[in-house]
Amino acid sequence: MSEAAPVLSARNLGFHAGGRALVAEASLDLRPGSTTILIGPNGAGKSTLLKLLTGELAGSGGGVRIGDEALGAIPAWRLACLRAVMAQHSRLAFPFSVYEVARLGVDGVGRALTRQRREAIVAEALAAAGVLDLAARRYQTLSGGEQQRVQFARVLCQLEAGRSVAERQILFLDEPIASLDLCHQLALLDMARTIAARGVAVLVVLHDLNLAVTYADHLVVMDRGRIIAQGPPAETLDDALLRQVFRVGLSLSRAPAPGLPFLLPQQHRSRQAG
Amino acid sequence: MTLAAPVPAMAASLSGLIAGRRRIGLYVLGGLALACLLLAVVAIGQGAIGIPPGRVTEILWARLTGDGALLEGRDALVVLNIRLPRVLLGLLVGAGLAVSGALMQGLFRNPLADPGLVGVSAGAGLAAAATIVLGDRFLAGTLMKLPFAMLPFGAFCGGLISTLVLYLIATRDGRTSVATMLLAGVALGALSGALTGLLAFVSDDRQLRDLTFWSLGSLGGASWSKLSIVAPIILPLLLTMPLLARGLNGLMLGEAEAYHLGIPVQRIKALAILLVALAVGASVAAAGLIGFVGIVVPHLIRLSVGPDHRLLLPLSALGGAILLVAADIVARLIVAPAELPIGIVTAAIGAPFFLWLLLRRAGGALDV
Repeated sequence: MSEAAPVLSARNLGFHAGGRALVAEASLDLRPGSTTILIGPNGAGKSTLLKLLTGELAGSGGGVRIGDEALGAIPAWRLACLRAVMAQHSRLAFPFSVYEVARLGVDGVGRALTRQRREAIVAEALAAAGVLDLAARRYQTLSGGEQQRVQFARVLCQLEAGRSVAERQILFLDEPIASLDLCHQLALLDMARTIAARGVAVLVVLHDLNLAVTYADHLVVMDRGRIIAQGPPAETLDDALLRQVFRVGLSLSRAPAPGLPFLLPQQHRSRQAG
Repeated sequence: MTLAAPVPAMAASLSGLIAGRRRIGLYVLGGLALACLLLAVVAIGQGAIGIPPGRVTEILWARLTGDGALLEGRDALVVLNIRLPRVLLGLLVGAGLAVSGALMQGLFRNPLADPGLVGVSAGAGLAAAATIVLGDRFLAGTLMKLPFAMLPFGAFCGGLISTLVLYLIATRDGRTSVATMLLAGVALGALSGALTGLLAFVSDDRQLRDLTFWSLGSLGGASWSKLSIVAPIILPLLLTMPLLARGLNGLMLGEAEAYHLGIPVQRIKALAILLVALAVGASVAAAGLIGFVGIVVPHLIRLSVGPDHRLLLPLSALGGAILLVAADIVARLIVAPAELPIGIVTAAIGAPFFLWLLLRRAGGALDV
């Protein structure tokens, strides 16, 4: 899987604000069909790195290339066909309906499509995100988790509409499951893997380490603005690294049936024992 | 079909919903356009010399087809030279103000933003006052020979400068703070008001009368020559707004999300600011300070058809035109044969409405 040429490659990225390096010397490849998961403690620079990769922020140092082009040289509308981004929080200023919010994903990117095709894309995305029954509701009356699923539907719309223009796409999800219940967390991450299986490069910022090791093809660990380890999850994580990064006593184990790694916090128990 | 196929029944009800929404939008659009036309004919007939709507229609039709016989006489003179330019100016200024309000609300992502409320109109008014008082004094021999070219230009510059200052103050790190915007707008409005007061202090009697006219607003000075200056400024705004609608919809999610959706955020913002400054400057120059049209109309439209700018902007234009022409009829009739400044009428309607809006917000009807 790592044989495929990267869709996006970042080299030696840096970003400074207020004299502090929020991201430094970050290098990263996103490959088609591969799910990359970015983990790290609060303030490690995960969201800043994501903003550098999506073009929202322009960093210092090296650069980001998508295909053969520098990220900064790609106009916004074509970039929107190449990649979709789901941000951490999205608040809405006016009472749009759920359908209208999801439709924002195809309005710009899918301009060349017929109206029937655009409406079909929106309906499919709403169904895939499990919010089709909420389509007529006002976005602001939804719960936080439902709003997050609507935003996911919007991102799915954008990807689907962009497929008619760009073959190699990227999906960025910044803590997409923060407000979701377990069932919807797994459904969303399953959907992300399904999209990756179609050849899209997926990058997800996650806090749940067990979900991260379960869903990642490629795991990236950040701490204090730097990428300190990356690779396949089973080879990347060990107890020392986890203790160093997350400042919590953790021990990595293996689940009996599929041989997947999993983690249990040890601190609480060791305190009890002591 | 690569994504999961939606449940057929729900998908069908969804497309029914979409069609229903579109139909309501079209009905409102048609209804407002018709109301606008009828109101214009009625407004042309109202005044010191009452002319029945049928006669007004005949005269207008004769003017269009070039039938000479009907164009002689008193009624035709009143309709074509006095009432028609006045009603057309009212339509243009009302549409311009309402669309400016809708654009500002979209730009600031806040339903309370309005050129009058955040000091843009006051800035344009200050520039107009400066043109009247100082221009008269220092440029009398040269530029002031073209008063109706200088005034809109001055008012336009005033509107543009206040909009830019407001935007720069309220925006930090690419985020526009709504609280800062409102507070800065109040401060800018107060400053402009103080400087306008200073200009009134040093003006002579004739200039003072002109200044009073600006500050209360009136369509009384309408003429074909004034219309020919104002129309080329406000019409581009009305024609350009379809280009902005999609971008403003995207901006509702936030500037970063709009950028991710492929919207040229900076270009949309710059264009919207320019158009608002143009339209407000031209309206203030032609009709003085007329408040609350920009906040009342877009809000009513949002309540009836929703916040999608593709409908909101054209409907606001129609609604603003209707409101201002109706307010002008009230202003002309209520103390006839004298005339009330139109700013008093729109403020008397707008201010209570604005309070009602705030009360509803406190009740949680609008989550902003």
